[in-house]
Amino acid sequence: MDSTQIRQLNEIISRWTGKPGALMPVLQEIQEKFGYIPEDAMKEVSAKLNIPLPEVYGVVTFYHFFSLKPKGKYKIQVCEGTACYVKGAKRVLEKFEEVLGIKVGDVTPDGKFSIESVRCIGACSHAPAVMINDQVYGRMNSEKVSQLIKTLK
Amino acid sequence: MAIIRTNVLICAGSACVSSRAYDFKTALLEALEEAGIKEEVNVVDTGCIGTCDLGPVAIVYPDGIFYVHLKPEDAKVIVNEHLLKGRVVNRLLYQQPMTKEVFPSLSEIDFIVRQKRIVLRNMGVIDPESIEEYIAKEGYQALAKALTMSPEDVIDTVKKSGLRGRGGAGFPTGLKWELTRKATGNPKYVICNGDEGDPGAFMDRSVLEGDPHSIIEGMMIAGYAVGASKGFFYVRAEYPLAIKRIENALEQARSYGLIGENILGTDFSFDIELRRGSGAFVCGEETALIASIEGGRGEPRPRPPYPANRGLWDSPTVINNVETLANISPIILNGAEWFSSTGTEKSKGTKVFALAGKVNNTGLIEVPFGTTLGEIIFDVGGGIPGGKKFKAAQTGGPSGGCIPAEYLDLPIDYESLKQIGAIVGSGGLIIMDEDTCMVDVARFFLEFTQSESCGKCPPCRVGTRKMLDILERIVNGEGEEGDIERLIELGEEIRRDSLCGLGQTAPNPVLSTIRFFRDEYEAHIREKRCPAKSCRALIAYQVIPDKCRGCGICARVCPVGAAQGKPREIYHIDTGLCIKCGDCFAKCPFGAIEKADLVLEKV
Repeated sequence: MDSTQIRQLNEIISRWTGKPGALMPVLQEIQEKFGYIPEDAMKEVSAKLNIPLPEVYGVVTFYHFFSLKPKGKYKIQVCEGTACYVKGAKRVLEKFEEVLGIKVGDVTPDGKFSIESVRCIGACSHAPAVMINDQVYGRMNSEKVSQLIKTLK
Repeated sequence: MAIIRTNVLICAGSACVSSRAYDFKTALLEALEEAGIKEEVNVVDTGCIGTCDLGPVAIVYPDGIFYVHLKPEDAKVIVNEHLLKGRVVNRLLYQQPMTKEVFPSLSEIDFIVRQKRIVLRNMGVIDPESIEEYIAKEGYQALAKALTMSPEDVIDTVKKSGLRGRGGAGFPTGLKWELTRKATGNPKYVICNGDEGDPGAFMDRSVLEGDPHSIIEGMMIAGYAVGASKGFFYVRAEYPLAIKRIENALEQARSYGLIGENILGTDFSFDIELRRGSGAFVCGEETALIASIEGGRGEPRPRPPYPANRGLWDSPTVINNVETLANISPIILNGAEWFSSTGTEKSKGTKVFALAGKVNNTGLIEVPFGTTLGEIIFDVGGGIPGGKKFKAAQTGGPSGGCIPAEYLDLPIDYESLKQIGAIVGSGGLIIMDEDTCMVDVARFFLEFTQSESCGKCPPCRVGTRKMLDILERIVNGEGEEGDIERLIELGEEIRRDSLCGLGQTAPNPVLSTIRFFRDEYEAHIREKRCPAKSCRALIAYQVIPDKCRGCGICARVCPVGAAQGKPREIYHIDTGLCIKCGDCFAKCPFGAIEKADLVLEKV
């Protein structure tokens, strides 16, 4: 991590130091700021909040929201909730894999796209739904997947 | 001062926002400016109206005209025709999908008429970002009233109302409060469980987004009743808009002195903090949720002790679901009898359902307990699209079961659904038609619970894996005689021996589909056939020669070159190459591609 990142990290930690249950919000803010939880950040959090490193690692790997590696510039989240499943989410996910040539959980070599499958994003009435960064795209199908990737490329 | 003659309420729930409601709003504001009537027309964001699949939607008051599927370019038309000339724009009105009848006003459409709105009372009526509008709709009056009552009387009122926890288990709310009040230990806490994890459920999200003050008020009354001075919201990180609106509401309430020290001049003090979940389904379970707020892995622990005695940081804690809390203020204001006059003998009040899947009107609905499934699907939901046949409704997500067509007339309440192996659950209601394979539905839910199992206790961690293995074999055409019995046996053991609600209810979707759709399991196992023609391993796509016009669209959309042929001649599908993605089936304009049972070569 460079010096700016370290400064940002310390700023996050110091805001929560001393508050009960600080670990989760601290990790959430790190995830949002850096897009993932760097190993060095975990060590720093462990030292500053006085929580053993294995415990920090245990929490990071327990929750889906935290990731140990950076995600793509366009973070594609394909909803696999029940409504989306009933309306064909499986094919939508496959099509993203097909078009981008990567599997779910991976990032394209240029770092531009990553694909994840997520549990219900609550956009059930627009099923099957996909969320890219914070934008929801509803009523997806194979054709729309190809078009969407073209516009983002 | 300009006189406001018209209010335009734009639905700003997540579903409408994701279908670009704000683009429409921007266009509307520009069009009003251009027409020079900006001062006369008030444009307001409002909470989820519930008609999510019609979004973006807007209501024009005073006449209550309801416009649907709005695009930015429609804004100018509405301003020029409706707002300037008083002529309703007919093409933007709601049309009933089955009868094609057009309804100009929101209050007339079948989707709304059949509902009774207690929890959703302010949705589509007020601006969720304005505390003034909430107060104008009797907001915080229930709190004021509660503070003049003794905490025991408040608890007594909630007990008498018959309100039961809306998160799924249906535990009497008043009793929960009483247990927490009587527990020894200080401080005490109130937690609002907004970790709505069931796939297919979005009721709590909509209420948090659409009426955040009502939940804050409910939490405060709970705090007063149990003797707590601190509350926590625990909300999924996946709900950014809900988080934003709660934070905004908390700030407003604080600046009005409604949260803080000596509220409304009494000696009651209360503050609320917001904590976010981080994407673990098990955190909806109360002891796991508490572990998560404390900053650890969200793993459940054995109960008792219940949180009422030992909860957050080992202090007595009352945890209520969002929808439960939304019911509190109306109960305090209108009395226990008013509330208990709605519903059935043991299930009082209403239930909010997130209606989704294969149904015409998807969205958020609130109906009295005792309403039948048939009324929900066909009267409120407008029936099944595409003339398909209703097969089953799934309630309670991965913890629930399915309700088949023979129970369409069953009045829904906690007891009746339990009797047939389903649950009311938190309110996800997914409708399935004849194209849905019930074996694969069971597999889908088990895959979910299996991956969300926290891993602490073996019956859940190992047992669900074993069940999933069997189900995967069955849908892949490798099922064996005895599999159904093995699933039932494993399911009953997991149900009995798991530590928390996640494991104890995980087998429900499997046991329930076996109970009502055993023939589908048998067709997969014995005949290697999927009756719904949904399981890929058991079907083949083929061209119906009589219907094929040789347009070649199938060949163009096929990702693997399995659809072959020459233009204007009959195409065919090479089953060796076909990956069964179904794109050709979905795209063929002549319906010339069908799904057939895969005939296995018998040696």
